Formats: sequence, C-alpha cells, structure tokens
Amino acid sequence: MEALFQNIINALQWGSFYALIALGYTLVYGVLLLINFAHGDIFMVGAYIAFGVSVFVLGVQGLNLPGWAVLALGVPLTMILTAGVGVTLERIAYRPLRRKGAHRLYVVITALMCGLILENGNLALLGASRKKFPELMEKTVWTLGNVSVTNLKVLVIFAAFAVFGILNFIVTRTRIGMAMRAISYDKFAIPLMGIPVDNIIVFTFVLGSGFAGLAGMLFAMSYPILEPYMGALIGWKAFIAAVVGGIGDIRGAFVGGFLLGFIEILVVAFFPSTLRDLIAFSILLVILWMKPTGLFGVARHQKI
Amino acid sequence: MRKYSLNIAFAVGCLLIVAGAQAGLFNLYVQSVILFMGINIILSSSLNLVNGNMGEFSCGHAAFMCVGAYVSSIVTVLLFAQNKILGAPLLPPDLAPFFFPIAIIVGGVVAALVGILVAVPSFKTRGDYLAIITIAVNYMVISGIENLDIVGGPRGFMGMKQVVYAMSDVVDIPWMMIWTLLGTAFTLWILRRYISSTYGKGVNAICQDEIAAEIMSVNTNKIKLVTFMLSSGLAGIAGGLFAHVIGYVNPQSFNILKSTECLVMVYLGGMGSLSGSVLSAVLFTLMLEALRPLQIIKWVIIPLILVLLMQFRPEGIMGNKELSDVFPKLRRYFTFK
Amino acid sequence: MSLLKIDEMTQRFGGLQAVSKFEIELQGGELVGLIGPNGAGKTTIFNLVSGFYQPTEGGISFNGSNTAGLKPHQVTSMGIARTFQNIRLWHDMTVMDNIRIAQHYRKGYSVFDAFLRTKKYRDSEKRIENIAWEMLEAMDLKEFAHELPKNLPYGLQRRVEIARAMSIKPKLLLLDEPAAGLNSADVEGLIKLVRWIHDNFDITIWMIEHQMKVVMSLCQYIKCIDFGATIAEGTPEQIQNDPTVIKAYLGDDTI
Ligand SMILES: Nc1ncnc2c1ncn2[C@@H]1O[C@H](COP(=O)(O)OP(=O)(O)OP(=O)(O)O)[C@@H](O)[C@H]1O
Ligand SMILES: [Mg+2]
Repeated sequence: MEALFQNIINALQWGSFYALIALGYTLVYGVLLLINFAHGDIFMVGAYIAFGVSVFVLGVQGLNLPGWAVLALGVPLTMILTAGVGVTLERIAYRPLRRKGAHRLYVVITALMCGLILENGNLALLGASRKKFPELMEKTVWTLGNVSVTNLKVLVIFAAFAVFGILNFIVTRTRIGMAMRAISYDKFAIPLMGIPVDNIIVFTFVLGSGFAGLAGMLFAMSYPILEPYMGALIGWKAFIAAVVGGIGDIRGAFVGGFLLGFIEILVVAFFPSTLRDLIAFSILLVILWMKPTGLFGVARHQKI
Repeated sequence: MRKYSLNIAFAVGCLLIVAGAQAGLFNLYVQSVILFMGINIILSSSLNLVNGNMGEFSCGHAAFMCVGAYVSSIVTVLLFAQNKILGAPLLPPDLAPFFFPIAIIVGGVVAALVGILVAVPSFKTRGDYLAIITIAVNYMVISGIENLDIVGGPRGFMGMKQVVYAMSDVVDIPWMMIWTLLGTAFTLWILRRYISSTYGKGVNAICQDEIAAEIMSVNTNKIKLVTFMLSSGLAGIAGGLFAHVIGYVNPQSFNILKSTECLVMVYLGGMGSLSGSVLSAVLFTLMLEALRPLQIIKWVIIPLILVLLMQFRPEGIMGNKELSDVFPKLRRYFTFK
Repeated sequence: MSLLKIDEMTQRFGGLQAVSKFEIELQGGELVGLIGPNGAGKTTIFNLVSGFYQPTEGGISFNGSNTAGLKPHQVTSMGIARTFQNIRLWHDMTVMDNIRIAQHYRKGYSVFDAFLRTKKYRDSEKRIENIAWEMLEAMDLKEFAHELPKNLPYGLQRRVEIARAMSIKPKLLLLDEPAAGLNSADVEGLIKLVRWIHDNFDITIWMIEHQMKVVMSLCQYIKCIDFGATIAEGTPEQIQNDPTVIKAYLGDDTI
C-alpha cells in the first residue's frame, strides 16, 4: 500500500515533466500542424539556461542571495530566455520555409535538424563534462509512514497543474487563445479577426518554449546532472505522450504526459527497468491502436 | 538499346568498381566509402517509397535495418562462424558465398514482416499519428534487442568478419563490394519497376487523394501493406549488408539518429524522386566523410548545411521530378521505365 | 432483376439523420436525377451506394447481390463508378495515369509479376493502356493525355473525371453535381456528353444536380429529397409543378 502511494507520487512527478513538454508540442502542433522536433532540445537548452542563470546569480559578489530568491529570479529569467530560443528558431528557420510554401514535412525535417544543432552545438561549446546543478532549495522531506514527499516534488507537480490551468485559460478564454484554436482550422479567417497570423505563431512559440524552459529548470533541480542529450529521449517520449492524448488538444497532452509517467513508473515497479521503454511503448501503441486519434482527439470528417 | 542503356551503364560502372577494388586501385578507405554509399542508396530510396511516393511520414526506418542486420548476422554466424552461444559453424566455409545472399534475403524478409507492424495501423491513421507509431517501433525494436542476451544485448553482436573471411578464403575477391553493389542494383531495379507499374502507381494515388483512390477501385489497404513491406524489407537488406561491412552491430547503431539520417536523405533528394534519392545518398555520404575530421562539430555543420539547403530549395534537390524530367535530352540515351 | 435496389436506407451521423428511409429501384438503362436543397443528404446517398459509408439501417443490392460490408474498391469493381462534387483527380499525375490507375481492379497481376515483368504483367498493362486510349479518344481528351489535370481548365477537369469513371466500364455511373462551377458553354457541352454516354454505352446514369436546366433536359425520372427524406418523385414535369418541391427547393432558389 505504501509502496503504491510512493509510486503514485513518483509517477506524478515524472509525468509532470512529460506533461510540461508535451504541452509545448501540442501548442505548436495545434496552431501550425508542425511537429516541432526541436522541442525536446529546447527543454535541454532551458535546463542549461537555468544552470547558467543560477550559477551567475549565485556568483555575483556581494549579493549573497538566498536560494529561494535565486529561484524566484531564475524561473522567469529562464522562461524568457528559453522562449527567446524557441522564437528564434521559428523566425530564422521555420517561418522563411513556410513563406516559400515548402511542403509541411520539410519544416518538420528542419526542426529535426535544429534539434541536432542545439544538441551537438552545446556539446561542442561546453564539452562533454556533465554539469552539476547547484542546490537552490533547502530540501524538506515530509514522511507519512513510509511514503516520503519532498517539497521539490510538490513544487514540480504543482507547476504542471498550474501551467495546465494557465494554458487552458488562455486557450479557451482569451481572444488570442481562440485565435490559436481557430488558426489550425482556417488560416485565412484569422486576419479577419484582426490578429496578424505571425503574432499568434510567435505567441505560441513563446508559450511552448517558455514552459519547456520551466520544465528544464525543474528537471535540473530534481535530477541535478545536465548533459546535452538529456532532451532527446524525454522529448521523443513527450511527443508520443502528446499524440496518445490526442495531439493539438492541451487536455490530451496533459493527460498523455501523466499517463506515460504512470505507465513507466508502474512498469519499473513490476519488471526489470531495462524493459521500461519496450513495455511502455507497447502500451501506448495499443492505446493508439484502439483509439487512432488519441484519447481526446476527434476525427475531423472530410467532406466528399 | 535505349531501353537497356541505363542498366548497362550501371552494370559496367559496378564492374569497374569491383575490378578497381580487386586490382587495389582504391584503398580500403575509398572502398568503405563506396560501400556506405551503396547502403545509403538502398536506405534512402526504400524510405522514399513510403515517405515520398506514398506521402506517409515514417520516422523509424532504422528499426527495419536493425532487424535485417541482426537476423542476417545471426544466420551467417550460425552457419559459418564460431560463436560462444550459437556454437560451432554448421556448414563448411566453402558454402559461404552461396548462403550469404540467402541470409541477407532472410533478413530482408523478416524485416518486411516487422513492417506489417507499421502497415496495419496505417490502414486507420495517416500522417503524424503514423510518425509516432514508427518512432515507437524504432524504440521498441532497439529496446527489445537490448533485452535479448542471446545476441549480446546492449553490448552488440559480432562474428560477421569471420563470415566475410570465409568467403574470401573460397575466392579472394572483394565480396562485400560485390554484394553491396548487387543489393543496390536489386533495390533500384525493383523500385523502378514497382513505381512505374499501374500497380505501383496506386501508391502515388494514395498519396494525392486516398479517398479517390479507394473509390476508383484501388485496394488501398493492400497497397499500403505491400508498400510498407517492400520498403522495410529493402531496409532490412541494407541492414544485413551494413552488419557484414562493419563486422559488428549493436542496437544503438540503429537508433533514431540513424532514422533521421534516412529521413534527411529522402527530403534532401526530393519526395518521390528515385534519382533524387540516389543523388542525395551519394552527396550525404560524401559530406559525412568530408567532415569527419571535425568530429562533433560535424553534427553541427551538417544539420546547418541542410537547414540552409532547405531554405534555398524547399523541395529538395530534385523536387518530385526524375533526372530525365529535368534534362529531357537524357531521354535520348535512356528510358526510365 | 433490377440493377440497383435501395431498401429503406437510413444514415445517421450522431444525432443527425442525414438520410432517412430512402428507396429507389433502377432497372438498368435509365437516366435518373436526384435533387434537393443544400445539405439535404444527396452526396451522403452516393457515399452509401459507393460503399464509403455503411448504412445505419436498410440495404443496398446491386445486380442482385447485397453490398453491405464491402469496401468501396470492391463496390466499384462490381460496376459502380462515380465522380465527386469537388473534383478529386490525382492532380500531380498525368491524365493518362489518372485513367490507368482507375482500372486497378482489372490489373489481374501480382506485385511479383510487376517485379519480373512477366507476360501476364505485360498483357495486362497493354490492355489497360488500350482501354485508356480508347476512353481518351471517345471523350475527346487525347491531346491532353500527358498534361497534369491541375493545369487544365475546370471544364476539362470535369470531363477527365467522367472519363476516369467511365474507364472502369461501370454499369452504374453516379455523377455528383457535374455541372457545378461550369460556365454556360461548358454546361451545354456537359449535357451533350452525358446524353452521348447514355446513348452509346450500356449504362445507367444517376446524377445529383442543382442546375435545373441540366436535370430537366437530361433526366427521365427525378427524386427530390429534403432533410434526408424523399419529398417528391416523378417526371421532370411533375417535379417542376409539385408544390412541396417548389416550397422546399425552388422557392428560395430562382431558376
Ligand atoms: N461524415 C459525416 N459526419 C457527420 N455529418 C455528415 C457527414 N457527412 C455528411 N454529413 C452531414 O449530412 C448532411 C447531408 O450532407 P450531404 O453532403 O449529403 O448534403 P448534400 O445534399 O450533398 O448537399 P450539397 O448540395 O451541399 O452538396 C449535412 O448536414 C452534412 O453536414
Ligand atoms: Mg453534395
């Protein structure tokens, strides 16, 4: 019983990361129908930016800020800088291609290439040595029987839910959010609503990349070792989670992320951990098999 | 004459390469570059069948390569090499040159069967959902093999060099060169015949309008099945050749990065253009080799070059055209059909 | 035995009853019309007949055999061909290829024949090609054989689509709004073409059309539906004077 609770907590934390990254995939996909394969690497860049920001702030002489203040400063800074990276990719790589009317998949391949550039560029710049993330939060452990919860875990899970709440609000309640939803249905109707399409796209990348940056920071705090390929696998998995949830739908990404977190933790609880990917992916495939449009996806009917 | 000129030119070219290798005209390094070129041509043209001609987005081509590599390696090692687990060779080494192609084909057939795993979901979904399924299959295949201790798990599987030596002991000619060139020729030959038949044109019809295809009497599910199996089977053949050229395989040589390379070659060449695929495979191999001294920076420069290339030619080198469409005069010398 | 018999066919999409208790019986050789205001369910009926949807209730039998559970390509190979309301040609393949692919069901060879180019393959390809040329010739499209449909004017695209359907050599041809988007000269040409096809082939034609001129001058018998239900049927004269039709359809649509 206690093991079960402990696993649930771990799964919630693990799923939070997937959910945060999956949300970014889904946002961009929902607006542009673009699988932004660089997103996992933007998450990685976010973790490194968080590292840079924290080390820098901690290192400023005479400031001697306490950890929580660094955190409070680091989160928005990381999110802004990471969002900048995402928007830069959109501006210099994706947008010109879209303008030229390139096939959608060429943009996807470009995204894939941008991911490689980020990964390997990072490796070339910073070298292969792993970075140790400084401890920003004094660790508090609450134990209840044999179940232990750290304040960090609570923070991560809380962040995921908060981000979901914010995004849900933006997408359903605000004008720009509605425009985001409308754009994937009809690119030409949006200018009629008085919002330039490019602004909506940039806004989407800001949101997606910003939250990837947040995820990167939280991830680095939870597993304080950074390396350039850390975003690749987790990014692919988050993408799969987004699709299983029903890509283009933020509820789908959220649920899909947690679903993957739970599946992985449960698999590890019962099987050798080397079988984790095999079994987790098989389960996801079975879900997609039974519901080909994902849990929340709706089949758009085609008029013939 | 015009009908056969391309085949003859190709055959003569291959013969010259083999003769050159035999006579020691090119060193081992140049030979290995040619071998990788051949393997990459098989990979890109077979993936182009699915991603270019059929308009699907399969992202896990390396999975099938992996299956082909392992299956054919297990067969040849079982038959002709000493292995800790599989034991002593079952057949005398003299037979190696005869059984080698069979082993490669067996690898291809098993890879084609694994291709069904991707083909069947494609009946219901397409595009991005299928992309996921192929990525997942790629991970599953790798993860599955990593958990198979009998073939070395994550450490990999070896012994294929012995098989190649066994062939060289029978007659000392550059066997792997011959098999790879044959494999390349076989792939291009089959693909060319497939896509120029009314049968195979159904693939393009599915790409352009699947509903119209189904209603115009094309059995779309069957064509998808056949096309996926053909594509993955050929990837399996490429994998088998790759394993024996390197002499050693491990699951991580077939990870998503390898699949990405295949994707890049397809889109660099142009979707649906067979000559584009060949051209881009050659260019890509050369580019990889030329930038090898840069080590890790290579993997920054290459994607950068590709990103720039796509900005200038957002439809790939050839678009969806063939060489004979771009230079109509070439038709005087050969036909593509 | 009748050629096509539809029995109390109903189609629901969720809560929407797109077609309700539709019935028709064609003996063979007729030229029939199906009219009704926008969204009445006409295209849905064609989709049901061509096997694209399975009816929620009721059955369709063609040439005496039930088509329930058949896939569209199987239904087509039984001899039902159709065109689409919005032209659905394969726009990046030549007109010739469009017509060759539509004969997929009669290829009669396997992939391996295609790899090896066996005699079976060569004979079959030859036959397919001959039929394609015949059809292009008959439809006056020969000079466009190697053009891409997307480069042809709209009127010609319509003609190519009809030629593609005809190359299946169907017993029943379904035309979904063939005159939509055509200018008046093209409409005249279309009327002639449909009549010519009807006179020269052993074929039954069933067409959906909004332009009254086309329906009234071609069809011998017309069914009118609204909200999925049949509201009138009869000869063109009867339909033209039927008050329910005028109310549902012609009333807000001046001809
Ligand atoms: N696959 C589907 N799923 C849900 N509703 C559908 C589907 N296909 C058609 N409908 C609905 O069924 C109704 C009938 O559509 P249909 O296309 O048959 O009309 P129509 O008579 O052909 O009209 P038009 O003259 O505009 O072509 C419409 O309300 C349409 O929205
Ligand atoms: Mg209609």
